[in-house]
Amino acid sequence: MKREPPQTVADYGPLFFPAGMLLLFFVVPFGTMIAVSFFQRQEGGFYTPAFVLSNYERFLSAFFGGVLGFSLMLAITVAICCVVLALPFTYLLSRLTRRLQVFWLVALLSVLSLSEVIIGFAWSTLLSRTAGLSNLLVKIGLLDQPVALFPSFGAVLTGMVYQALPYTILVLYPAIVRLDPTLMEAARTLGSSPIRAFFNVLVPALRNTIMATLIMVFIFALGSYLLPQILGRPQHWTLSVLITDQAIYQSNMPFAAAMAVFLVLVTLGLVALTLLIGRKGEKA
Amino acid sequence: MMLWLRRFYFLVIGLFLSLPLIVVAGVSVNAKQTLAFPPQGFSLSWYGEIFSNPEWRAALVASVVLATTSAALAVLIALPLSWFLWRRIAPWANIFQVLGIAPFTLPPVITALGLLTFWATTGFYGQPWTAVIGHAIFFVTLPLVTLSLGFSAIDRSFVEAAATMGADDRTVFRTVVLPLILPYLVSGYAFAFVLSLNEYIVAYMTVGFTLETLPIKIFNALRYGYTPTMASVTILFVATAAVIFSLVAKFGDLPKLLGAMASDDS
Repeated sequence: MKREPPQTVADYGPLFFPAGMLLLFFVVPFGTMIAVSFFQRQEGGFYTPAFVLSNYERFLSAFFGGVLGFSLMLAITVAICCVVLALPFTYLLSRLTRRLQVFWLVALLSVLSLSEVIIGFAWSTLLSRTAGLSNLLVKIGLLDQPVALFPSFGAVLTGMVYQALPYTILVLYPAIVRLDPTLMEAARTLGSSPIRAFFNVLVPALRNTIMATLIMVFIFALGSYLLPQILGRPQHWTLSVLITDQAIYQSNMPFAAAMAVFLVLVTLGLVALTLLIGRKGEKA
Repeated sequence: MMLWLRRFYFLVIGLFLSLPLIVVAGVSVNAKQTLAFPPQGFSLSWYGEIFSNPEWRAALVASVVLATTSAALAVLIALPLSWFLWRRIAPWANIFQVLGIAPFTLPPVITALGLLTFWATTGFYGQPWTAVIGHAIFFVTLPLVTLSLGFSAIDRSFVEAAATMGADDRTVFRTVVLPLILPYLVSGYAFAFVLSLNEYIVAYMTVGFTLETLPIKIFNALRYGYTPTMASVTILFVATAAVIFSLVAKFGDLPKLLGAMASDDS
């Protein structure tokens, strides 16, 4: 049985159900959302079909600019922290025995699959006054009395790094496992210390992977929605929080949809950039 | 020195990942309803609470039913699609592969809001089954990725041999293809199941006011302060994920599933 182009309608059979589902429940809702972003909002929670740009005009406010700027800054910080922590870890992981690698991969997947609600709750417990880290600091004499370490920017950042770190490691993992081990051996044979070899050989060899990973983690962090609410104050709310807030609590679907469309455009632009970097990497 | 440094780094990352969970595990066995660590007294009653308290039990059942059905639907969408892409030469059909991966790549709030506007427009907003479709579409990426990996690993000469012996498409699929991709099918299902169990925003936006899944229940409870059941549910979830992924690792090749080449170096 050779692989051949479909000839009869029956050959297309297997495609009908998946294609139908994806078109009906992803493409159509996506289109609906774009359409709603141009609709006119009615007081009382509904909207009427129209073609207005007023939902997009609201982006020009200082408040929106502030939220957008904060969201981008937060996502960039998370991405940089994660890649800096994950790069040496993933390299060391790839040098472990297979059994130990599987152990770590299972642990990483378990943390990665955790709900944002659960991560938020776990960190709020760890940073709380009665059950948290500060009790430990009091015990070893660094602190006079236990304090609550959240809500704060540091708590939001820590929670988001916690959420995104397993993702970062798993994105880096395939590229680092496939890396030619003789590269590092050559550097070591020529007298380079392991740390110098890491920075002078490994990091440059992975330059494109690192850039692509930064962008992917950035997009991942942009989607974080509950952590800023649980671990932060209202000034730490991100675009994702604002979209939900407008859609559910302010009943302003057109404005929520316009912000979502904007978020898609930012994300797609970055995905295109990732693909471009990937292609350049293959050529090199 | 290097060995020491390496162990230290593993220890730091390991502590970072496990510390919040260790504290939550400690809090979950407190004898009284206090948020205290180290725990005061020891009691497993908060684990019993998940099953005996009607509200928590309802949320648990809702989450398990949602995860079981939506993961099954995700596999039903992914299997014929990846089979078609493997069996036929139809480059344009790759667009559906892209469509399947898109919801998972974009920030989740996008898929959630798209589905919210869609269900609100069509008048089905709030129906519990809309969450099943929502999760299936959101997580179809996972079985799609594992299955295309599985198909690409099939040696086509097996299939040719079966066809030469007179097997038709259907027989080949049932007797040759399906047994070979079964591990990938199961792991795709497992990934979708665990993630659906933990998913918050799509479920919240589509059925948040009519159906309370466990993540929604935890968040709602969190607003009114602390109950120790949150801690026991958290540990239950971590344990479930760890058990399922360990099983995937035991019966499949986890490093390969995660993108490393079939590694025979140990």
